[in-house]
Amino acid sequence: MANAKEIRTQIKSIQNTRKITSAMEMVAASKMRKAQDRMRAARPYGEKMRQVIAHLAHAHPEYRHGYLEPRAAKRVGYIVVTSDRGLCGPLNVNVFKSVVKDMKSWADQGAEIRMVTIGTKGSAFFRRMGVNIVAQAEHLGDAPGAEDVIGPVNVMLKAYDDGEIDRLFLVFNDFVNTMTQRPHVEQLLPVVADELPEQSHHWDYIYEPDAKDVLDGLLQRYIESLVYQGLVENIACEQAARMIAMKSATDNAGELINELKLAYNKARQAAITQELSEIVAGAAAV
Amino acid sequence: MAMTMHVDIVSAENEIFSGQATMLVAPAQMGEVGIMPRHSPFISRLKPGEVRVDTPDGEGLFFYVSSGVIEVQPNIVTVLADTAMRAKDLDEAAAREAIAQAERAMHDKQANIDYAKAQAQLAEAMAQLRALENLRKRTR
Repeated sequence: MANAKEIRTQIKSIQNTRKITSAMEMVAASKMRKAQDRMRAARPYGEKMRQVIAHLAHAHPEYRHGYLEPRAAKRVGYIVVTSDRGLCGPLNVNVFKSVVKDMKSWADQGAEIRMVTIGTKGSAFFRRMGVNIVAQAEHLGDAPGAEDVIGPVNVMLKAYDDGEIDRLFLVFNDFVNTMTQRPHVEQLLPVVADELPEQSHHWDYIYEPDAKDVLDGLLQRYIESLVYQGLVENIACEQAARMIAMKSATDNAGELINELKLAYNKARQAAITQELSEIVAGAAAV
Repeated sequence: MAMTMHVDIVSAENEIFSGQATMLVAPAQMGEVGIMPRHSPFISRLKPGEVRVDTPDGEGLFFYVSSGVIEVQPNIVTVLADTAMRAKDLDEAAAREAIAQAERAMHDKQANIDYAKAQAQLAEAMAQLRALENLRKRTR
């Protein structure tokens, strides 16, 4: 009978776990929907920005900005976006893998590496790996503002201006759909502009107050918008991944409970049979 | 019907306005500018102020921008509005904060390691406990 009791406590504890995981699943699902909305809301700005940058790259300005000029890569910078919290499946590990792979290929070419991390998971992992983390941002919450990325991005832009890095990459999870999130490495600097179809005549903007001032501000905002979008997308991915992970945890708990129930019933049956045979044997002896 | 151009007003966090307009007035860095269709390419920073969009049905829509960038192509006007107040020293303060956070984490390393160690010890203790329980069950 002790065995049956033990199984029963085990079932209880798994049932409690299942309650928690299914609650987490539902929370993640509703947060994911909100995060997806935010992701969609942020898209037009990114698209417009990209358009303007494409126009800019194909104009023939009197002043070429440093961010548009390619240069030899001796030092490489990364901005790595990860989640603050765990329990979201292989999401962060996938990002780490792709960063480490990318980093290795640069390291083989003799490039030094610097990193800015957004999210606690990334900073913990890369610090343990001994990567030079120059700045970090953590606990931005589920609904970060565009201003939250200004600090970390500015650190890297300044490093690029000062020649401390020659390439800048952004790594985050790309939200393909609820089931699929793919780690994505994107080059931020030098700027890779979209191709424009028609470019026949020479033209340039009228700049106010002057080209340098306008371009500085514009390109800074461009990089920030890309990082912000990566961040928002990563949050949607995090919630989706957590939802999937918690769903499978809930399913697994259900299976386990079924198995244990079977074992419990068997044990109970065995105990009853034994008791009966004992009574019968006792009665026969009298 | 007057000529129209396409106007997009977007901020990093959402789209504010997208549609046709006959004229747009914006607070550019060097003073207010009025943009009409087929304006030559123009790009400028914006000062805090109001953007007015005149729609084809003669309505005037007002939007407040704290700062941002305006880009004008002959038939497309894009206003990239900032969501936050921007200034050079504010940006620098934000950057310094990000660096400081990394440095703090470096110094906190000890605490992090201690925490990880404690967690590992806890897991070990729990495993031992479980093994003991199993052993007891079998001997019974």
